[in-house]
Amino acid sequence: MIGGLFIYNHKGEVLISRVYRDDIGNRRNAVDAFRVNVIHARQQVRSPVTNIARTSFFHVKRSNIWLAAVTKQNVNAAMVFEFLYKMCDVMTSYFGKISEENIKNNFVLIYELLDEILDFGYPQNSETGALKTFITQQGIKSQTKEEQSQITSQVTGQIGWRREGIKYRRNELFLDVLESVNLLMSPQGQVLSAHVSGRVVMKSYLSGMPECKFGMNDKIVIEKQGKGTTDESAKSGKQSIAIDDCTFHQCVRLSKFESERSISFIPPDGEYELMRYRTTKDIILPFRVIPLVREVGRTKLEVKVVIKSNFKPSLLAQKIEVRIPTPLNTSGVQVICMKGKAKYKASENAIVWKIKRMAGMKESQISAEIELLPTNDKKKWARPPISMNFEVPFAPSGLKVRYLKVFEPKLNYSDHDVIKWVRYIGRSGIYETRC
Amino acid sequence: MTDSKYFTTTKKGEIFELKAELNSDKKEKKKEAVKKVIASMTVGKDVSALFPDVVNCMQTDNLELKKLVYLYLMNYAKSQPDMAIMAVNTFVKDCEDPNPLIRALAVRTMGCIRVDKITEYLCEPLRKCLKDEDPYVRKTAAVCVAKLHDINAQLVEDQGFLDTLKDLISDSNPMVVANAVAALSEIAESHPNSNLLDLNPQTINKLLTALNECTEWGQIFILDCLANYSPKDDREAQSICERVTPRLSHANSAVVLSAVKVLMKFMEMLSKDLDYYGTLLKKLAPPLVTLLSAEPELQYVALRNINLIVQKRPEILKHEMKVFFVKYNDPIYVKLEKLDIMIRLASQANIAQVLAELKEYATEVDVDFVRKAVRAIGRCAIKVEQSAERCVSTLLDLIQTKVNYVVQEAIIVIKDIFRKYPNKYESVIATLCENLDSLDEPEARAAMIWIVGEYAERIDNADELLESFLEGFHDESTQVQLQLLTAIVKLFLKKPTETQELVQQVLSLATQDSDNPDLRDRGYIYWRLLSTDPVAAKEVVLAEKPLISEETDLIEPTLLDELICHIGTLASVYHKPPSAFVEGSRGVQHKRLPPRSGSNESTESPDVAPSATAQPSEQQPAVIPSQGDLLGDLLNLDLGPPVNVPPIPSSTVQMGAMDLLGGGLDSLMGDETEGLGGDLSGSPAIGAGYGTPAVMPTSLNAPIGGGLSELFDLGGMGMPSGSFVAPKTIWLPAAKAKGLEISGTFSRRMGHIYMDISLMNKAMQVMTDFAIQFNRNSFGMAPAAPLQVNAPLAPNQTIEASLPLNTVGPVMKMDPLTNLQVAVKNNIDVFYFSCLYPINMLFVEDGKMDRQIFLATWKDIPNENEVQFQIKDCHLNADAVTNKLQSNNIFTVAKRNVEGQDMLYQSLKLTNGIWILAELRIQPGNPNYTDLELSLKCRAPEVSQHVFQAYEVILKN
Repeated sequence: MIGGLFIYNHKGEVLISRVYRDDIGNRRNAVDAFRVNVIHARQQVRSPVTNIARTSFFHVKRSNIWLAAVTKQNVNAAMVFEFLYKMCDVMTSYFGKISEENIKNNFVLIYELLDEILDFGYPQNSETGALKTFITQQGIKSQTKEEQSQITSQVTGQIGWRREGIKYRRNELFLDVLESVNLLMSPQGQVLSAHVSGRVVMKSYLSGMPECKFGMNDKIVIEKQGKGTTDESAKSGKQSIAIDDCTFHQCVRLSKFESERSISFIPPDGEYELMRYRTTKDIILPFRVIPLVREVGRTKLEVKVVIKSNFKPSLLAQKIEVRIPTPLNTSGVQVICMKGKAKYKASENAIVWKIKRMAGMKESQISAEIELLPTNDKKKWARPPISMNFEVPFAPSGLKVRYLKVFEPKLNYSDHDVIKWVRYIGRSGIYETRC
Repeated sequence: MTDSKYFTTTKKGEIFELKAELNSDKKEKKKEAVKKVIASMTVGKDVSALFPDVVNCMQTDNLELKKLVYLYLMNYAKSQPDMAIMAVNTFVKDCEDPNPLIRALAVRTMGCIRVDKITEYLCEPLRKCLKDEDPYVRKTAAVCVAKLHDINAQLVEDQGFLDTLKDLISDSNPMVVANAVAALSEIAESHPNSNLLDLNPQTINKLLTALNECTEWGQIFILDCLANYSPKDDREAQSICERVTPRLSHANSAVVLSAVKVLMKFMEMLSKDLDYYGTLLKKLAPPLVTLLSAEPELQYVALRNINLIVQKRPEILKHEMKVFFVKYNDPIYVKLEKLDIMIRLASQANIAQVLAELKEYATEVDVDFVRKAVRAIGRCAIKVEQSAERCVSTLLDLIQTKVNYVVQEAIIVIKDIFRKYPNKYESVIATLCENLDSLDEPEARAAMIWIVGEYAERIDNADELLESFLEGFHDESTQVQLQLLTAIVKLFLKKPTETQELVQQVLSLATQDSDNPDLRDRGYIYWRLLSTDPVAAKEVVLAEKPLISEETDLIEPTLLDELICHIGTLASVYHKPPSAFVEGSRGVQHKRLPPRSGSNESTESPDVAPSATAQPSEQQPAVIPSQGDLLGDLLNLDLGPPVNVPPIPSSTVQMGAMDLLGGGLDSLMGDETEGLGGDLSGSPAIGAGYGTPAVMPTSLNAPIGGGLSELFDLGGMGMPSGSFVAPKTIWLPAAKAKGLEISGTFSRRMGHIYMDISLMNKAMQVMTDFAIQFNRNSFGMAPAAPLQVNAPLAPNQTIEASLPLNTVGPVMKMDPLTNLQVAVKNNIDVFYFSCLYPINMLFVEDGKMDRQIFLATWKDIPNENEVQFQIKDCHLNADAVTNKLQSNNIFTVAKRNVEGQDMLYQSLKLTNGIWILAELRIQPGNPNYTDLELSLKCRAPEVSQHVFQAYEVILKN
């Protein structure tokens, strides 16, 4: 199990160090070994797991803060990384951004958290909802006996992510379907790989311990239901989507999903990620990029890029950005674009073309002349792909929320009383076209 | 609210000031002071001098202050054990606090203070806390048992905490169960033989129930523990798998990977014909792919594991090639791992796409990545024959870029392509030769030299090229030197007239001027070969090379199976068994996959099939060793094929010469018995381990120092294996012995052992002057008289001979125990073979033990030495069994009838005086129950297996 946990700033100075096990030996040695071999090592980090003198170091980096877990045993490596991410989440939800200043400002809190969520190197309950009920930095003397036992039963209980007795005047929930669409396209317009990774994020403000059931146009469910009424299945079958795989927040009853493919759960209070999913079939690619690069002699490049939007004309895409890489020896660039603004950014070695809004079924074009300095560098320019960023108000996977039912048998509100909001946002993930 | 100010105090006299503040009356000031102390501690200042002052602050009802003081204590208690005792009272009091959070805090902290005096006081509070009414306290106490065990294992056992911990597995609270499982698993790891974690179907059921209810971390503890369980049959395995599969949809990647581990392990027990088996295979792919959308660090862990899974069960991910395509801004460690998996998944179906990708990668910036991509192109050529042409032309394009490391890498892979497809792509040699000068890495130079040597007849100026390398011979690395030596000898054998001077030069450089024993030995071998028998030299050096395998860098099957049992852990990330990086006893136990169900299953399994079906005498296609093992590769190239070189000139050998046989046979049999052992035992793991890359380099490197013995090793390939049957079997086939075929068996007549052999002459010439000799063996078996073959053996004639044996010869323990290595000489040559004798040859006539002595001896032999066997389908009653065994010198000492079963107590003695005691259980009169149960006890338990086999053979014939 985890033998110790260190947090360093970018210079390699220790901000937090907590040792859980003696076997990692002298604290200073372990702390220094990581600093010298990883943080101060000049070259790029070649692996997130480093073994130095039979001691293994796992690290993740958040802005310029290093979090390192140390062990001498054959630990579950996936668990250690999951824990480090969780640790970051917990810290963020307590004090915002993970920065040197914030860590120094909250070091007592961090030690308290580390004492609670890691015992002898074994991760314990790390749900912020539960942690915040008793790790507050304000002391807990005001608790009554009932409150105390409520805390402990929640921290250890089956529903560790939600406390009892939550009350809202207005029962409300927000569902965001957030998708990132990824594409790798060949210069000829052939799709090399495309997938959507989506998340359903829920903000719930519901009283009591509500039982929820979430339904979407999952092909498997729809086909199962549609068996009786052929008419309807033909209609809905068209709209259903094939989900390659999905994972759920720990509140979802996985065995029920496995047997009935229904998604039922008691949600945590506030914002959390209900599910993640991935689809690869019938993806709506919101944009198509058509590149044309021509080398004119040894000192000039001509680039023409056309983008086409491919969705309903009534919808608007936003925050469109096309990034066209330029060679390292670029000396000057002239750009002409029909729409939006384009600029050559020498520091980023790219032409960045920004368009605020663009409706569906439209087309726009940019052309650029790139002047090159003559070099004797033999190595060819690698021609990185043209990448794109955008945001569209629909789900490129075609996912639709069919229902989200809320039942709270003990309290006096029904599914109809809950105000529900659903929003779809499709963003570009890695959306690249080779040129 | 900002705590950062505590970090900034750097003035002198700080400790003194802090001391004053700690003793202040004001609570706030105290708290501030402790915070400053903790801050100093964090940045590495020594604040241990403040120990008594800090401990004084412990008695407070302010929880925050208490936690800070506890934190301080955990750090410094060890350096101040005497002072630490001051804190004990407060701890004990806190363990009784009405607030469960404080009780838990106290017991948690106490466990972290590794001071003997304190641990003594810990026992009582811990006992209470383990039975606390509050689950939060119980779950903390469960972990505390593991802490205490780490400090003082004996104490934990004496105090009976382990039993209490076991009871917690049945706790009503899932988190308590999870922590108890984690603690028990850890404790069990340091007691490999205890059955602390007594996993039985009931506890498994409890764990599976808790699995649905506990936190994500708890699920990981439980799944990791489940993976250590061995279900009793495939039905149980399936039902566990069914209950674990829902975990594949968990958002936590570690839960998913641990579930994958359980499934991969238990799948081993499911029959492939089962519908469920196919369903399970299909269910595994999507979650593995989903892991690739996690954060990069987790992707890396996932990819390292997928690499193992793809090797173990290629069918799972064979359609998922695209997800392993490299993204431009993947971190380098993710890129390299993806590339590895792409090569493994490459097949005829997807090769076009893969090649297009690899070509892109070869133009990237990162040197390691580009190299790997180039190498991957070569691998594709070798793996998918249809793509070879395209791969070669891609490689040629890359060579044209003249980027130094690309060129070198390309040449290394082209060498392998030449070997895989001889006489197909040699036209590119000219292009390669253009780049000779730019090669500066040993591996690339060695590869290029190999190509020049191998195709010397097609390269007009081969001698000039090699000569140019020879100039700086001593500055080259060993692998280049060795390769150069071999290449020049090849050249000489191909064009002897022009290159005599060159070969003499290189031989003298290698043998006289070099300090490297490998190089010298190889030089001498060539030299002697060339000077004594150039024809033989040609046969050896220019022999046809064995095929190279398509798969590369495969992990050796036994290791792979072990790593599959460690999915998700560091071992799977390092691709090393835990013993390689964990100190002490933890994790040193080797985990194993459960045995496959059904005996025919093991041969069908694709990864095991080649070794299980291959004849022991067949040499497996050699595998391209991983980077850096060129030495092994070279030996392979030069000496790999089984060459039938007579090991020793026969005319000079006297048959009685024991020492000669000793040395020759030892090295001759060394590798062979290893191979035989694996195949005979039927264990796929051992069998398959023979001839894989992980094994090759060592088995090939080792004999280099031995010079000539290397040749013997290879010449001896293909020994026939004796088998345990009474009729004569062929021990030495005619093909291996210049026409002499020897078959034979062993028998025991009138208290003497005989080796009954038939000699058959399948050659064209008359054979005379037969003699026989044995190598030292386990029971000192030796010929009691010379082999009597009086008349010369004419072609196509067979002579029967019976050779009396005694057991007074020199003794050496063999593996397997009853292995006998024999040398037979005739006027043509000396031949070596090995056979197994049935152990009942050694059962002596006075092996009946007195009843009383039998009882006493049975009790006296420790129980660990008792081995149990089943003899299936034996339709004999007790009397028939007794008679049958008696005629083979197995004596029944006593007979009892217990609950309708006949129990026979038997004894037997071996020629060397070892007694074996047996208990045989027979159920008479029940035709459905014909299995006999045999328990053997013996002071030398290694013979038990053989005795059992003897029993089986005797009773069934």
